[in-house]
Amino acid sequence: MIIKNLTVRFGAFTAVDDVTLEIPDGAIVGLVGESGSGKSTLARAVSGLVPYSGAVEGVDRRGVQMVFQDPLTSLDPRMTVGASVAEGLRLPRAARQAEVERLLSLVSLPVSLAGRYSRELSGGQRQRVAIARALGARPTLLVADEITSALDVSVQGAVLNLIRALREEFGLTMLFISHNLAVVRYVSDVVAVMHRGRLVETGPAERVVAAPAHDYTRSLLEAVPRLGRGRPAPEVTS
Amino acid sequence: MTGSPRPPAPRAPGRALGRVRGGFVLRRVVRFAVSLAVLLVASFAMIHLIPGDPVRASLGPAAPVELVAARREALGLDEPILSQLLSYMRGVFRGDFGTSFLSGEPVGEIIASRLPNTLGLALLATVVALLVAVPLGMWAAIRTENGRNRGTEAAFTSATGTAVAVPEFLYSIALVAVFAIGLGWFPPAGQAGPVSYVLPILSLAISPTAMIARISRAETLRELGTDYVRLARAKRLPAPRLYFRHVLPNTLTATLTVGGLLLSALIAGSVLVEYVFAWPGLGLRIVESITQKDYPVAQGVILVYGAIVLVVNLLVDLLLGVLDPTSELKET
Amino acid sequence: MRRLLRTPAGLAGTVLVTAMVVLAVAGPPIWGAEAERIDSASILQGATAAHPLGTDNLGRDILARVLVAGRLSLTLALLATLVGATAGVLLGALPSVLPRRGARLVTGSVNALVAFPGLLLAMFTAVIAGLGARGAVIGIGTAVAPGFARLTQTLAASVAGADYVSAARMLGVSRWRVMTRHVLPNIAEPLILNFTQALGGALLALAGMSFLGLGVQPPSFDWGRLLFDGFGRIYATPAVALGPAAAIALAGIGFNLLGDALAHAAARRTAPPGTDAEPGAPRPVALGEPDPDAVLEVRDLTVAFPGGVTPVRGLSLTIAPGEIVGLVGESGSGKSLTAAAIGGLVPYPGEVRAGRLRLCGADVRELPEAERRRLLGTSLAMVFQNPMAALNPALKVGGQLAEVAVVHQGASRAEAAARAVDRLDHVRVPEPATRARQHPHELSGGMRQRAVIAMGLMGAPRLIVADEPTTALDVTVQREILRLLREVTAETGAATLFISHDIAVVGELCHRVVVMYAGRVVEELPVGELASGAAHPYTRALVASLPDMETDRSLPLASIPGRQPPPAEVPDGCAFAARCELATARCAAERPPLIPYGTARRVACWEV
Repeated sequence: MIIKNLTVRFGAFTAVDDVTLEIPDGAIVGLVGESGSGKSTLARAVSGLVPYSGAVEGVDRRGVQMVFQDPLTSLDPRMTVGASVAEGLRLPRAARQAEVERLLSLVSLPVSLAGRYSRELSGGQRQRVAIARALGARPTLLVADEITSALDVSVQGAVLNLIRALREEFGLTMLFISHNLAVVRYVSDVVAVMHRGRLVETGPAERVVAAPAHDYTRSLLEAVPRLGRGRPAPEVTS
Repeated sequence: MTGSPRPPAPRAPGRALGRVRGGFVLRRVVRFAVSLAVLLVASFAMIHLIPGDPVRASLGPAAPVELVAARREALGLDEPILSQLLSYMRGVFRGDFGTSFLSGEPVGEIIASRLPNTLGLALLATVVALLVAVPLGMWAAIRTENGRNRGTEAAFTSATGTAVAVPEFLYSIALVAVFAIGLGWFPPAGQAGPVSYVLPILSLAISPTAMIARISRAETLRELGTDYVRLARAKRLPAPRLYFRHVLPNTLTATLTVGGLLLSALIAGSVLVEYVFAWPGLGLRIVESITQKDYPVAQGVILVYGAIVLVVNLLVDLLLGVLDPTSELKET
Repeated sequence: MRRLLRTPAGLAGTVLVTAMVVLAVAGPPIWGAEAERIDSASILQGATAAHPLGTDNLGRDILARVLVAGRLSLTLALLATLVGATAGVLLGALPSVLPRRGARLVTGSVNALVAFPGLLLAMFTAVIAGLGARGAVIGIGTAVAPGFARLTQTLAASVAGADYVSAARMLGVSRWRVMTRHVLPNIAEPLILNFTQALGGALLALAGMSFLGLGVQPPSFDWGRLLFDGFGRIYATPAVALGPAAAIALAGIGFNLLGDALAHAAARRTAPPGTDAEPGAPRPVALGEPDPDAVLEVRDLTVAFPGGVTPVRGLSLTIAPGEIVGLVGESGSGKSLTAAAIGGLVPYPGEVRAGRLRLCGADVRELPEAERRRLLGTSLAMVFQNPMAALNPALKVGGQLAEVAVVHQGASRAEAAARAVDRLDHVRVPEPATRARQHPHELSGGMRQRAVIAMGLMGAPRLIVADEPTTALDVTVQREILRLLREVTAETGAATLFISHDIAVVGELCHRVVVMYAGRVVEELPVGELASGAAHPYTRALVASLPDMETDRSLPLASIPGRQPPPAEVPDGCAFAARCELATARCAAERPPLIPYGTARRVACWEV
């Protein structure tokens, strides 16, 4: 599928400015940018939640599903996990139960959670429920908007592994949005960099990281904190 | 797929927010003017919405047909509705609100002679309420922060909860019964010197005081939990500086917003209090005019009450704009 | 429901409202005849044995009339509230179906009407609808409606904007189903709550109308009407006003208390229940001699809250001048409360215990109050996570900096202001003199965080405690703030305690890393060892689960199963044992102490 000349305006402010981006079937395209870059607005536009000009071709509206940043607010507090997951299913009542169980096991959640409410779950579990709900609609494109930034590091790894497994096993096509370049690089085949509403660079993940073409990408890369850069304390005479 | 469904409310982008203050004032004044126009039309429409003939209803079935016709003529009720509206508006801007059906006095004069008494009462009660409530609420918040002194908290909540729930006319009746009739400390009715203000002001101020104290406490508690108050505490600022410079200004926005609404409510509440104390204000007059179907008086007084409410809201808005540098950014 | 009855206010409200309802049902059949019985022998009496509240001008017993009038008072209030709520909810739902311009018109009118006092609207309507119960009910209904409309509007807008509604719409759930499954259930509760409160308000307003003679007309009577009759006789027989006044007051109080209690219960429903265990007594630890050179020396620090919640457990930490120490841990590990305890900012009812808490060579707890304030106010600089919230929105930036110098260093206002501008310039805030005169909302996030750091530099900081100072910032801004912290530490010779959940940031900035888990330090190591030489399984797993720019993309990331125990449920043994691959029976039973391991590092693990 392809996003063509997509523009989103809020009054006089242009949040997304003429973005054209191809998302190959079965690939994960990572979209990275800082706050205000327009990456989340682009996600919402592709998902049909924000009006835009331009076109999203190669996918119909129900074929796009989105997973949100905050798993607590993306699940209705008054619905059980099972009811949330079943929401997008177009199945007879009898088959629904089995499908919910299949979806929950797909995201490595125990089936027993189906009767619980989202507030009883941990952050990582909630995010898995949101992913299962989106998968239930058998999407052609899954939009993941900062899905790990509300999670602790120890949980983030598991969610990222799940995302990669879904692509490898089911050929899921995905637009993966994050402010964290290291995370985007790890899960994506293609990396796209957004800055002030525009797409400044797109390319294979390893190429963009190893040989950035745009100055902004370069400054973003330099700013990524690295474990190994710290130094021992200097000798201080006080 | 092209196009899109209904948009959610777009989040205003940061840079578009830096509006000049003049625009803010202008928008508020325009809003005030529009509301005032709507109010004028509504008060005009009031008489026309009364089922049947208001003049007949007012004068009673026994009144001679000629008198009714003459009154209708005098009121211009037989003219086309639009020209009635225009002449009504023209009249209002000249201070001509018509004349009383019953006494024949010009309504404008009635209003001019009684409005000061009502306003005086309402303003004094508001000042008393704010002066008592804001410090009380702050004190309660500081004393009960993070759940300490649960006794104080329970006492504060139940006392204010009860005080809020009792309407002003019951306070005035109770105060009259105890302090005027029982103890004889204050006059039971009428306006005669400063002493006669005490009971009416008390009756009017108790509920708003309780309400504002609750808001003030809630706001102060919220402030005490913010990072900048934590930082101010980390700086070890002396308590008065911390509470009066850092906390108090930020609590005033919400407190005054509610205070403004309460002042409007208080003006309405003064109708009942004036009735109990036979206070020579607008309230007493509107009750008489409604029960006696003296429609021109009712219409004029309701218009004035409405205009006062609009002016109060405008002033509160403008005051908030001055006090809180971010309030104009918060408007929708 | 049970929670409702547990508080005295909730109990009182429930009892009062129940009594009112019972009275409304049972009053007229029981006392109806008595209330209507005319007795010309005993007209206009005050309180007597036969008539405790006196009689009216026809000799009817007022007590009986008060008891009977409850039904009409409550019914009219209920009617008015129903009218108002229905109209209001419909009006409030209107903007979501109307085209944009129509929606704005409705919203604007509702906002204007909300500001209008109910009594005024009610009188306006009563003039048109005529005197009597019908006019009063329509009037009060009109007065109640705008509040409901506004509430419906705000609630519906917030629910309609919620992510779960977006998700449902993307799943192709129909508009109707979104309305019935998501929107209505989530706005019903606050609307019902508002109904209780509006009911009380309507009852009082109707009583007020009747009291003015504008509401219920004879021969019908409600409490307001009885009060109207009684008030005329208040000089002669005050008792006759007492009954109806008390009835109105009790009804008002009852509904208000019940509404408050319901709102309270609804707000509390999501709060997790606490356990009632007492925190265990701390074991005494040999403290040793204080380190004279350390800027900060903490020994055996514990922060406990009632209910057995102990977020920090026996933590020890020493920081030398010029050193940047990173305190890293997941949310709930107790790292932020450690910072708060060092700054003396643990909120009530938290309790701080420590074997030693020395700052700049003096135990903070032993200093006289004035000296302690000065020491903490000038030698300790704190930087918090959210730069948007760390500056007071009502005060100018320069003034917030300057007050440190005014309060603690006795500077004049002019000197302090000049120093504030100088410090802003020092942390590279562009145009410092202009910025000092601005309010915080006029500055960007990065600039605000610089201003907070500049605030710390107003004194002579010996210790900078930075609690997640870059978490809310973009990476490019984060980089600048990290550089600034490094420079400030180097030039002032101060020590920095840098608290973060992000092990990569800690690895980049700090000299030494302290890893916390479930309130305890599990490992302390030089930063060079962090990437590949960590010893504790938790530290190793944290590092492995973090993708960086060199992570092998063909391999899955390490992840840690399970979750950190909450501060009230930390087990006796090693808190990490349940998630640890290396755990043995000993780990679950006995807690490993933090002991030296190699040079310049300490580890708490049985298996290294």
